[in-house]
Amino acid sequence: MSQPNGLALESHDLDFFYGEVHALKKINLEIPRHQVTALIGPSGCGKSTYLRCFNRMNDMIEGIRVEGRVIVEGEDIYAPGVDLELLRKRVGMVFQKSNPFPMSIRDNVDYGPRMGGVRGRSRLDEIVERSLKQADLWVEVKDRLDDSALDLSGGQQQRLCIARTLANEPEILLLDEPASALDPISTAKIEETLLQLKKSYTILIVTHNLQQAARVADHTAFFMLGELVEFSDTTTMFTNPNEKITEEYITGRFG
Amino acid sequence: MHRQFEEELEEIKKAILTMAGMVEKGLVDVSKALTTGDAELAEGVIAMDDEIDQYEVKIDRLATEFIAKHQPTATDLRFVIVAIKLGPEIERIADNSVNIASRVGDAGKHPPQQAARDLPRMLAVARAMVSDAIAAYVARDASAARAVIRRDDEVDELYWSIFRGLIQLMVDDSKVISQAIDLILIARFIERIADQATNIAEEVVYLVEAHPIRHVDETEWQG
Repeated sequence: MSQPNGLALESHDLDFFYGEVHALKKINLEIPRHQVTALIGPSGCGKSTYLRCFNRMNDMIEGIRVEGRVIVEGEDIYAPGVDLELLRKRVGMVFQKSNPFPMSIRDNVDYGPRMGGVRGRSRLDEIVERSLKQADLWVEVKDRLDDSALDLSGGQQQRLCIARTLANEPEILLLDEPASALDPISTAKIEETLLQLKKSYTILIVTHNLQQAARVADHTAFFMLGELVEFSDTTTMFTNPNEKITEEYITGRFG
Repeated sequence: MHRQFEEELEEIKKAILTMAGMVEKGLVDVSKALTTGDAELAEGVIAMDDEIDQYEVKIDRLATEFIAKHQPTATDLRFVIVAIKLGPEIERIADNSVNIASRVGDAGKHPPQQAARDLPRMLAVARAMVSDAIAAYVARDASAARAVIRRDDEVDELYWSIFRGLIQLMVDDSKVISQAIDLILIARFIERIADQATNIAEEVVYLVEAHPIRHVDETEWQG
């Protein structure tokens, strides 16, 4: 069992290449467990690539090359023989654009567990209720679990996607701009959900919304041109960053 | 977008500097009025106060709009927070100038020797502290701001020296009580001006160095 307050994710001298393009350069970062860590930086800085290293989502792209070590809960996930399916169950991911399956709300949430072999309606119902509650969606949908997920609002769909990820009982949640397509109220709802979830999960979030990072993250990492410029507690990052270039970025003087 | 951001920051700064400029002129005039008893100069200081008050309101409005529109961070955030705090400090310096100006007429006529010497000296130090604090703000110079803070003790010492002298005068001669009380009040207003200059200087250190130095030991703010 993992220790609270330890490290959940680490990268050591991580280099990442898309063909000839050197997208991440010697990234050394230690991400604490059960906290929210935000990755910020201008478009193309490598923050999403870095996020996707932690569940090897980049493997699906042709011509990539990874050097260095990526550690999830103490385990080197690029070591030979790593079970990718298990990894992606442990390290769940939510994308920018909500992508519910064209099926009922209930089927969306229990899809993963059913595929993973969980049987029995009552067991599955339990998972559906727990996951929807954790994603702060239960109250809004409990009376219409068999309605199509596509009838939900954008914000609800995104929370459904979070519930679907949670149904697999991950240890870590990766979120790639989860609220960038949402209105302010839905965004606030997602942020509240994240603050609740960090009690049980380690959360790594890519966001272009700097205020969002300032609101939800305990720590923030600033990337630029494939390099990690600064990793600080979020208060320091947004009130008095250590690096001049971080200051220039967060005050909107470039990027 | 970005140009607008810079322009709006500049507008806040300009409002502070215009307001501070008026207050500095008021201090020059009230200093002259204190030594010469020039009622017209004193009236001018009092008349200027309404316009200065309006600048405080304007700075608040500009700063509030800026935060609402731009959600500033880091240096920009501190700049706007400091602007909101400087407005009232500068406004209170103006109020104290008015307080002095409204008393120079009677109190300033044939003042006792010690007060005649020390009050203008005290006001000169306080005035220099205000000018230096504003200059430190413009230059974002924390060490100049610290130099202002150190001078506050000098003003405090002068205040107590004047205070004791005037109390003794009143004990010796009850006919001077009314004038001596006015002079003590003037000394008190000058002492407050020096405090307000100190507050401005403390905000400048916060603006530059990002950590507050108010209500901490001297060894900490000396930096």
